[in-house]
Amino acid sequence: MSAFNAIGEEREIDRDEFTPGVEPQPTWCPGCGDFGVLKSLKQALPEVGKNPEEVLTVTGIGCSGKLNSYLDTYGFHTIHGRSLPVARAAKLANPEVEVIAAGGDGDGYGIGGNHFIHTARENHDMTYIVFNNEIFGLTKGQTSPTSPKGHKSKTQPSGSAKSPLRPLSLSLNAGATYVARTAAVNPNQAKEIIKEAIEHDGFAHIDFLTQCPTWNKDARQYVPYVDVQESDDYDFDVHDREEAARMMRETEDVLNEGTVLTGRYYVDDESPSYTQEKQAVGEMPEQPIAERYFDEDGEWERSYDLLDRHK
Amino acid sequence: MSDEELIWRVSGGSGDGIDSTSQNFAKALMRSGLDVFTHRHYPSRIRGGHTYVEIRAAGHEVQSRGDGYNFLLALGDSFARNPQEEAYYGNEEIKPLSENLDELREGGVIVYDEGLLTEDDVAELDLEERAEENDWHVYPVDLRGLAKEHGREVMRNTAGVGITAGLLDMELEHIEDLMSDAMGGDVLEANLEILHEAYEMVGDEIEVEHDLRAPTGEHDTEQALLSGSNAIAYGAIDGGCRFIAGYPMTPWTDVFTILSQNFPDIGGVSEQVEDEIAAAALAVGASHAGAKAMSGSSGGGFALMSEPLGLAEMTETPLVLVESMRAGPSTGMPTKPEQGDLEFVLYTSQGDSSRVVFAPGNIEEAYEQTRLAFHIAWEYQIPTIIIYDQKLSGENKNVDVEFFDREPEPGLGSTLTEEELAEAAHDNSGKFKRFQHESENGVSPRSLPGQKDGRYLATGNEHSPVGHISEDPDNRVYQMDRRMQKLESIRTELEEEHESNQTYFGEDDAEYGIITWGSSQGAVQEAVERLNEQGHSVKGLSVSDMMPFAETEVTEFLESVDEAMVVEMNATAQFRGLIQKELGRFGEKMTSLLKYNGNPFEPAEIVEGYEVNVADEDREPTAQVRIEPAAGD
Ligand SMILES: Cc1ncc(C[n+]2csc(CCOP(=O)(O)OP(=O)(O)O)c2C)c(N)n1
Ligand code: SF4
Repeated sequence: MSAFNAIGEEREIDRDEFTPGVEPQPTWCPGCGDFGVLKSLKQALPEVGKNPEEVLTVTGIGCSGKLNSYLDTYGFHTIHGRSLPVARAAKLANPEVEVIAAGGDGDGYGIGGNHFIHTARENHDMTYIVFNNEIFGLTKGQTSPTSPKGHKSKTQPSGSAKSPLRPLSLSLNAGATYVARTAAVNPNQAKEIIKEAIEHDGFAHIDFLTQCPTWNKDARQYVPYVDVQESDDYDFDVHDREEAARMMRETEDVLNEGTVLTGRYYVDDESPSYTQEKQAVGEMPEQPIAERYFDEDGEWERSYDLLDRHK
Repeated sequence: MSDEELIWRVSGGSGDGIDSTSQNFAKALMRSGLDVFTHRHYPSRIRGGHTYVEIRAAGHEVQSRGDGYNFLLALGDSFARNPQEEAYYGNEEIKPLSENLDELREGGVIVYDEGLLTEDDVAELDLEERAEENDWHVYPVDLRGLAKEHGREVMRNTAGVGITAGLLDMELEHIEDLMSDAMGGDVLEANLEILHEAYEMVGDEIEVEHDLRAPTGEHDTEQALLSGSNAIAYGAIDGGCRFIAGYPMTPWTDVFTILSQNFPDIGGVSEQVEDEIAAAALAVGASHAGAKAMSGSSGGGFALMSEPLGLAEMTETPLVLVESMRAGPSTGMPTKPEQGDLEFVLYTSQGDSSRVVFAPGNIEEAYEQTRLAFHIAWEYQIPTIIIYDQKLSGENKNVDVEFFDREPEPGLGSTLTEEELAEAAHDNSGKFKRFQHESENGVSPRSLPGQKDGRYLATGNEHSPVGHISEDPDNRVYQMDRRMQKLESIRTELEEEHESNQTYFGEDDAEYGIITWGSSQGAVQEAVERLNEQGHSVKGLSVSDMMPFAETEVTEFLESVDEAMVVEMNATAQFRGLIQKELGRFGEKMTSLLKYNGNPFEPAEIVEGYEVNVADEDREPTAQVRIEPAAGD
């Protein structure tokens, strides 16, 4: 008997299986965009045939980090900014587990910025959803790396002197192989994008626009939005890096002016994922490490057999 | 100390091949039946800078570098010079000779490279005069010329080894074998020619005037030459470790490198990542998903790991970290040993956080305790830390190969199979009650992502039995008590089911005690032996169990002596502080002997510390050590 029978189990999967029982009820504020992410994920997972026990959701700290408290999969709610290193190692230990990391813009682009760059660079096979509400929610409304220039908050009372970070361009340049932006107000697009991201073999980054009505009252609620794939005004090839980069820049420019562009920006199906690269150079075994511990006939090398070079 | 031992010091520039030369020579001595112990001194630079390696070899057990040395091979420092002729980094080229003379024992032997040092250079050192005073025997040899004649200048190491073997009247057999293993073709041939020619110069051209000869000895069992880093890496492999993540920092890099090099062959995964926070977080993630994982660093990098360390504790994710100390604070002295991070390792991370900390004192203990660290971490789902230092990390010693002939321990400890999970407690939504225990020891077995019937949430927040974030006061107390109970359970297991991690020297009924921890053990052991030979009544204790602390054993030891000296390499007496904190008494019995100049203790310094303390209280010690009196003095 395998040690991981939930993985790849074929059966009809009900959306409700992803909702925990009575407890806990989401503590998010009414109207919070985070509900949208939760809902889209719950819809997407059964549609890609994933059952709750083969999915590991890894989150950071923040309102966004509570995602897996309200989503009934295996979950790891880590620490502020560190979801990605935890998530990618889980994937390396057992590549058969479906790993989805999530967190806020402060969590992922601020404190976890270094991990974000390197996880994208290495093209780990996982999905990363950043709840971008342009603010620190849980700590009560401080300026975040994506807050617009001039944004006033308790810690920047005269208005921020910093230009916002450009998450899409950053992730493309760092090496992500799937980059998209969607919004909580657009659940159908969000669900489709999440499905694609899960099925993508490589690092899929979704900048997910979520509204924070509590602390970011002036912020656009991201409506009306434009789906760049649906609109005739935007014709570009998502497989073309140059075109994707141009579209991302434009999208990031106009967001500051109040125009919300969403959709897929870059899809690279060709590049091998990190797991594949690592296996190709002989740095990673074919069989998941985690599985090996349950393999009773497995031969475990002993240091005794490595001692020749020391004699 | 005795005539039967050789302490051979080879000195030159770092990057000059001193390391490989000495490694091979140490092995040759080991193969000839001797016990060997190496000590490496190097500056924090890549090329140039004075460096030396000492090899102590004797027909009896050697546990420390000894005091001073009796054979100097001063190779000169070709790399200290820039390719541009005139650019020198200071006056490095005479350092291999001049820097080392202070510690050369009476009657000692000096071989220096005449090809590199002019007569004027040597005249500056008053070498002749000093040699006469100390009965040194000086042999200038044109090592560089000899090397150039048959091969290349860099091969003067080989010439030096040949002369050494000749002067010590050793057989060349083992040296030749090792060379043949390491190289081939023209390079081997040239080296062998140089070796033989140099060897034969002794007797032919060089007249031997000294008494020192290579000691003789015999091993009953097969030996291997291993460093502390090797031992930790091999302990990890045998403990089932198959995942390591790290970021380079001296001296932890050694363990990281050894495992990275072995893992491809044994099916493990090694990751070099962006920083130490990531490194430890990766180890947590891999462990969560079902790999036996480890990470580590040295002081500065370990500082960054305090976040993931706490996360592992709160989520009860098994984890092994190693902390290889070097002199601090901050970047400190990257290549110098110190035992200054003890308190940091014991208490880093917020809250009432706890972990298991072992401080091995020698190569065998490093292996043993690393295995144990994996066992405990996975049984009890708690972070365990191996704390050691640059000295133990880099020193090489011969060990009995049979010692490593043991079964690996690849089990995942308190982790359930799917059959067991089906039987386990779940809440009404089907979530596994992962953080609820019905057992005595506080441990609640876990599940792994992908297992049927095992869903739960791991979180660094306080949480309910299924992992939901909870600030319920009753649950908080229950979870805290349960997690804290683990340390007590581990203490019991260590006391009842395993051999003691503490090491004792001397007679049980001795009156005076010397206590130490970690890599200072060897020097203390030797000091205790010498003091007893001189007729004193001394015994030693080297402690490894830092958390949970070896309470019973240390109490018994301190109760049994009139006075005790605590020997450690730091300026603030951290270990003595720990003893007092843990035991709450004995303050009036303990004096500290502290050393923090970047060099490890030599046995003679400890002997002197004892003498000053016990016999001659007004005297100041001559070495760079400090005595911190007992409380109340
Ligand atoms: C190391 C550390 N620093 C700071 C905090 C406090 N903290 C908690 S959430 C948060 C910001 C969250 O902002 P964001 O990631 O944008 O998430 P949101 O709450 O908006 O979803 C901060 C600073 C923390 N928990 N840990
Ligand atoms: S503070 Fe903002 S982000 Fe947090 S739950 Fe409320 S609305 Fe959502």
